[in-house]
Formats: sequence, C-alpha cells, structure tokens
Amino acid sequence: MCAEKKTRIVKTIEIDVDKCNGCRACEVICSAFHAEPKYSSNNPARSRIRVIREPLRDIYVPVYAGEYTMAECAGRDKYIIDGKEYDECSFCRASCPSRVEFKEPDSGLPLKCDMCEGEDEPLCVKWCLAEALIYVEREEEYEVEEEKPEDLEIGLEALADKYGLEKLVDTVARLAAKE
Amino acid sequence: MRYAETGFNLEVDLSRGNVEKVATDPRDTELYLGGLGTNAKILWDRVPPETDAFDPENLLIFSTGLLNATPATGCNRTIISTISPQTKLMAFSMMGGFWAPELKYAGYDKVIIRGKSPDLVYLYINNDTVEIRDASHLQGKGAIETAEALRQELGDPKLQVSAIGLAGENRVFFASIEQGRSSASRGGIGAVMGDKGLKAIAVRGTKDINLAKPAEFIGLCNEVLEYIKYREDHPIPGVMPILAGLGSPQEMKIHDEKWHTENFMWGNSRVRRKGFWTDEIAKAWTETMESVRRRLISCYNCPMKCGATISVPGLPTYMMKCFSKLTYTMAAMSDLEFGLSIAQKATEYGVDGFSTPQVMAFALELLENGILKESDFPGMPEDNEGRFYWLLDRIVRREGIGDILADGTYWAAERIGNGAHEYAHNNIKKHEQLPLKLSMLNPVYFLMYSTGEKINITQIEGQFPQAPFPKKEQREEFVKDWIQVPDEKFKQYFLDWEPRGENSNPYYPTPQIASEIVDWQEMMHYVDDALGTCAGLSSFPLKPPYHIHNYPKFIEAGTGIPMDKDKLVEITRRNRNLVRAVNIRRGMRRADEKPPANHWKKRFPELEAELLDTYYKFKGWNKDGIPTAETLKSLGLDYVCEDFIKRGILKADEEGEVNAEADQN
Ligand code: SF4
Ligand code: SF4
Ligand code: SF4
Repeated sequence: MCAEKKTRIVKTIEIDVDKCNGCRACEVICSAFHAEPKYSSNNPARSRIRVIREPLRDIYVPVYAGEYTMAECAGRDKYIIDGKEYDECSFCRASCPSRVEFKEPDSGLPLKCDMCEGEDEPLCVKWCLAEALIYVEREEEYEVEEEKPEDLEIGLEALADKYGLEKLVDTVARLAAKE
Repeated sequence: MRYAETGFNLEVDLSRGNVEKVATDPRDTELYLGGLGTNAKILWDRVPPETDAFDPENLLIFSTGLLNATPATGCNRTIISTISPQTKLMAFSMMGGFWAPELKYAGYDKVIIRGKSPDLVYLYINNDTVEIRDASHLQGKGAIETAEALRQELGDPKLQVSAIGLAGENRVFFASIEQGRSSASRGGIGAVMGDKGLKAIAVRGTKDINLAKPAEFIGLCNEVLEYIKYREDHPIPGVMPILAGLGSPQEMKIHDEKWHTENFMWGNSRVRRKGFWTDEIAKAWTETMESVRRRLISCYNCPMKCGATISVPGLPTYMMKCFSKLTYTMAAMSDLEFGLSIAQKATEYGVDGFSTPQVMAFALELLENGILKESDFPGMPEDNEGRFYWLLDRIVRREGIGDILADGTYWAAERIGNGAHEYAHNNIKKHEQLPLKLSMLNPVYFLMYSTGEKINITQIEGQFPQAPFPKKEQREEFVKDWIQVPDEKFKQYFLDWEPRGENSNPYYPTPQIASEIVDWQEMMHYVDDALGTCAGLSSFPLKPPYHIHNYPKFIEAGTGIPMDKDKLVEITRRNRNLVRAVNIRRGMRRADEKPPANHWKKRFPELEAELLDTYYKFKGWNKDGIPTAETLKSLGLDYVCEDFIKRGILKADEEGEVNAEADQN
C-alpha cells in the first residue's frame, strides 16, 4: 500500500539567538501590524513575538506565540546551553497562565503568531536587521488527506484495546458535546 | 486623542510624598515638540535663577522624546534636565536604552521630580499605579545591582530601571544616572537625584502609543531601515573606521585604537603618545576585548549594536559603550584590562566616564607637583592602578581628599588653591572635556566648544566631516550622494575646504561659513533632543538616515501636527534660544564661552573674537551672547524678553534694536 504524496509550503522562521541584540524591533512592528487600523498604534505588550531578555546573564531568546493552554505544565526543566542556564519557559510558545507573555494586556485573550497574514514576508523578520530571524519557506511532502483516517483508525484501535471500545465511545461523545 | 505623545506628565513632590498625573497643553507640543524643548520651557517657568542645584525647588525632569515608543528606529532616548551642581547651568544629559519607551507605554511623557525625600525612596510606575516606596534596603547599592534587586523583588523581568549608585547618593558632582545599557552622565544629574533622596525610578507599561497617519509613518520607517542597510554596506571612505558607519562611535566592535591612543592625551589630558599603537599592543588589547566581550547589544528598536556586555573574570557583568572603553586606561597610563575592570566599579558607583578618570589623574598630578601632600592621601597604595581604585573609592564616599575631588576639577582647585587651577586645565564652563590637545585652531570646532550649551563636543558636532579630505576627487565623491545637507551651499563649502593653503584652517571656513556649518550641526542635535532620537542615527554620524528633509514628515505623520522644514527649523531655534535664556538668566555670558586655553597650540585672538561676533550675530544674539529682543519676539519667546528686561539683562531701549544680519538665516 503506497500513500499518494503531495507538497505544500511550510513557513518557518529560524531563530539564531547568538545574533539577537535585544532591540525588540520585532515586538514593535508585530504589534503595529496587528493594530486596528493597521499600524495605527504599537505596544510590545500585544506582540506575538517576545524577546526573553536577561542582559546580565547574556540571555536573548526571541519566542513566537503558539497555542493557548489552559493550565501551566507540571514540570519545568532547566536547560544549560553554553554554560548559561535557561528556564524551559524561555523556549515555550504557549500562551499560558503562568506568565504574562502572549496575552492581550487588557482582555487577557491569548495571542498567536499568524505569520503576518497577507504580507510577503513576516514583518518581524524584515525589521530584524541583525538577521537573528530568518524566514525560510520550504516545500514539504505530505500524504494526502484520504490516508489520514487510516492512521486514526490505527490509533483508535490501540485506544480501544487499552480502555475497551465502550469507554472510548463514551469519551468521544462527551468531548463532542463539549465542543 | 493625542498622537505619538501620551499627553500626560507625572508630577512627583518628594517633600510631601505626593504624586499627580497632569494633562499637558497640546500647544506646547506645537511650539517646542517635546523632550529637551518642553523640559527647557518647564525649567524656565518653574526654576528661577536663584534656585541652586541642591535646593528642593530644583526640578529633575525625566523626559521622553516626542517620537519615543513610536516605531521610528532609534527613538529611545531619555532626556534628563535639571540645574547642574557643577556648572550651575542647565544640565541636559541623555541616555539611550529602554527606559523612555517604557515610560511612554505606561502612559506618561515626563516624570517631573521636585522637593526632597527625608529618607531614601524609589518611584514605582506600573501603568496607572504610581507609588513612592521605601528604598532603605537599596542604600549604598550599585546602580546595576539596584536595578536587578528591584526586578527580583517585584518579580518583573521587564521592569526598566534608572538608578544612581553610591556617587549619586553622596552628591558627587559628576555622578551619573545609570540604566544598565546606557547612562546619563554629564553635568552631575545623578547628584541631584541623590540630593532628592531618590534612588531609582522603576517603570513598566503596557499601553498603546498612537500614530496620526499610520501608513505614511511606517513607510518612512521602512525608508530609514533601508538606508541604514545601505550605509552598512557603504562605509564612508577616507575617514577612520569608527566614523565611517552609523551609530555611536563603534568602540565595542572595532579594535583599532591607533587614532584614540595616539591623538588623544593620556594622564590628566597631558601626554601625547605617538607610536603607542604597536603590533603587540594591538594584539594584546584585541585579546583583552575579545575575552571579556560577550555580545554586542542595541538600544530599544535600533539595529546598531553600539554597546556590549562585558564580563571581566572575577567581576560582575556590566554593559558599556563608546569612549569610556579608554578613558580610565588613558588617565592611568595603563592597559585596556585595567580600564575595563575599573569601569565595572565606576558603573556600579554611577560616575561619569569622562570626568571621573580626569579628576583622579588631576589629583595625582597635584601630588606629584607638591600642591597636595602625601598626608592628603593617607593609606593610598604605592602602585599606580591601586591608586586609581583607592581614589575612586574615596571620591564616591566623599572621604578625606575624596570629598574635595568629588566636586570636580574646577571646584576642587578652588578649594585647594595654591595654584591648583593650572591643573584643572581641561574644562569649559567648569566641566571636564575630552582629553584632546591639538595644534591648529579649527574655526568650526572653536565655535562649537565655545557656545555649545551641552558643554560636550560630541553633543554638538556631527554630519559635517571633522577635517578636510586631502584630495579634490575624494571631496567630489563625498558630496555626490550627500542628501542630508539642508542647502546645496554646504557641498561647496566642503569642496572648497583644503588641508593646506588659503582655504584651510583657521581662516577657512570663514567666520560666516563656520557659523552656518555649526548652526546646521547644532540644529540637528536640537531636533534629536526634542524627538528622543539617538544622535547615532541622526546628528552625529556622516550621512545619517534621519535629516532635516525627512524629519518634518516623521513629525507630521506621527503627531498630526502640520510640519515642514521651515517650521521645524524655527522650532529648533526656539528651543535653542530657550535653553540659552535659562543659562543667560543664571549668569552665563560671552566671557564663559571659550575652549580650554591649551586646546589648540596655535591661537588667533582676533580671529576668535570675529568668529564669536559673527556667530552671535548669525544666531540673533547681541555681543555678549544674549538673545536680542527681536530674536526672542520673532520666536514667540516674548515672556523671556520681558523677564530679561525686568532683570536688566536686556535694556528696554534694546527692545527695538534691529539686527539686520540676523535676518539672513
Ligand atoms: S529584532 Fe531581531 S535582534 Fe532585535 S530583539 Fe528581535 S530578534 Fe533580537
Ligand atoms: S511573523 Fe508576523 S505575526 Fe508572527 S511574530 Fe512575526 S510579526 Fe508577529
Ligand atoms: S545608534 Fe547605538 S546608541 Fe544609538 S540607539 Fe542605536 S544602538 Fe543605541
């Protein structure tokens, strides 16, 4: 059985933390771009990219807003890179209750990077003259939609094996009701 | 709605422990823009000349610039104004970094401090929460330490903190206000902060800053970014590397220090060391710098990376920029490792990197020449470097001889007497200058040194090359894409300026041409200081991205205030005259306007008098450097004129005096 392959463009931003100089221009332009009307105001507290900066420890990590999460994660690991200790949160993209990042300052609603919908290139990348942010479009092969249920089926079978089919059906029904 | 600015100031009375949020008058923005302009207006209105630096009535104003916190690249400077304890004139020191934009996002354009707190306090600003808080636990702490302590105890890594160290607490006349990445050092403003009992101002803000014409404004910003990229790829040929690009002089990045070490003076601005920069020194200093420099860093919303994080083994990490890299090294006749090590201490203590090393070298020179005695330095180590550390500690604590030295070379010499004034030889208006001693008088620099109200050459010079280019072809090449000139005539002035012969220093540029050049250079600083733009992207470097042709568009698109070149030039003249008026009212006159006597070996008293006469006339000032009634009235500064007449500074019959030449500008 051979799945049909198609290609799609995946937008990625490569982050080179060694090149970041901590200027926060990325935060300025991101928040300006998403203002209504466009560019009518700016406020880094609304930006979808945040630079985690601790100048005296030489820590500079630009992080993009990802998914919203209701609860903070249980364990927080520490990373030591080049002798510098980073909190796991320093790399986390979640809009999470444990921190102020990636939430609208007044409403608290989560923010998420949308890759500057409608622009030729992400504006944070364009404004980062230090080239700490590099925009890369790459083509990626993926298996066409129809193949997906098969994967799902395998997964469901595994779950049914583990929990029993009835319990699985109940849970799916409950989740569906919540939606 | 107010655009670009917030429209609110914070009025903080430390004597009464009172904080008030006050709406500002939008007409003041139209007249003075903001930053230095509105600071000068407030000082004129509220601090009479009878008020001394350490009187509770003196104001300490932390101001943003009009375009701070807009997306305009490099608009991040905090403009701090007060009365200086050292010069007794208006001090206006500025710092880049991150503080001013944060204040604006918190919803304020300025923090105006008056009164004195009986106990050490800090000011906490978090959007609408503004509190005067106890700082007794921060007493004696370093400036950087203080900022870190506040971030820790308040649990907010995004807090931006301006703080003083021990020097400010002890009212050292050259104490700075530090902000981690940057500092406002000149004029002793840190001493005023300490005198008021204010250890720090910690700010956090999460509000919006609005633009009047958003699409146009971003278009202009993109043009500036494009031009910065272009200039990065096209350094100016024929000038030394630190002046070829944009930004503040790139002292953290560039290792070649031949020019500074061989042309600037060592010790107490005395010794020129030609041939100092050997291959071995170059190698050793490059190694030192590379081993301690962790990263090149920027200010808020600027790509230039003029600063660096410095970690000397065994010492806490700190941040540095510009020429303070060499000032301690050269004053102590030592090496770079010493300079970068003592600078760490100096940054925590919060002292000016120009004045401090010179004060210490001055003290040792007095000792060498028997004006001070060994007994004045009890316990001072024998070794040269140890002496500098020892002196620094005495000064910031005002202990023994340190108490006298803490007033700077001018006032120390006054107290020491016995011919000490001969050794306080590098001052203008009582303020220590860059250690430069040159041969032939340069008419443009003569005017800038003499009349610059910031009393610091780097804050008035810029844009126009410091010296003529040797070959005609080089000059022609240079003027080809010189879009920044306010008028085409400046290109001709530069083309005609030659290193030797008839068209060379000191008689060319002629007094009239020199006046025009200085006026342009100074004007750009006054725009920057009102808008909060870093001089490193505007008034200081050659061919900068901001200039008199695009600035009016930025102001109009940002604020909605209709603006063109003529109107902007007029505002800079208004601000310039208002700053001068504050100082004239405090007694500054022509007699004070002179470079250090030994700045140039070859002096020309008659020519110098003609230069000042011509420049004053050009500026619309009388022979004593006082703005004439006509000048003041033409700028809408009638209130200054009235006050001058009331005080007898201008005579009533001078009111109608017509200054025809002044109209030519
Ligand atoms: S714009 Fe680039 S260099 Fe500046 S903070 Fe963002 S990622 Fe870092
Ligand atoms: S890609 Fe666009 S939306 Fe995403 S962080 Fe950058 S500027 Fe913001
Ligand atoms: S040019 Fe340099 S000093 Fe000026 S704002 Fe940019 S980084 Fe700061």
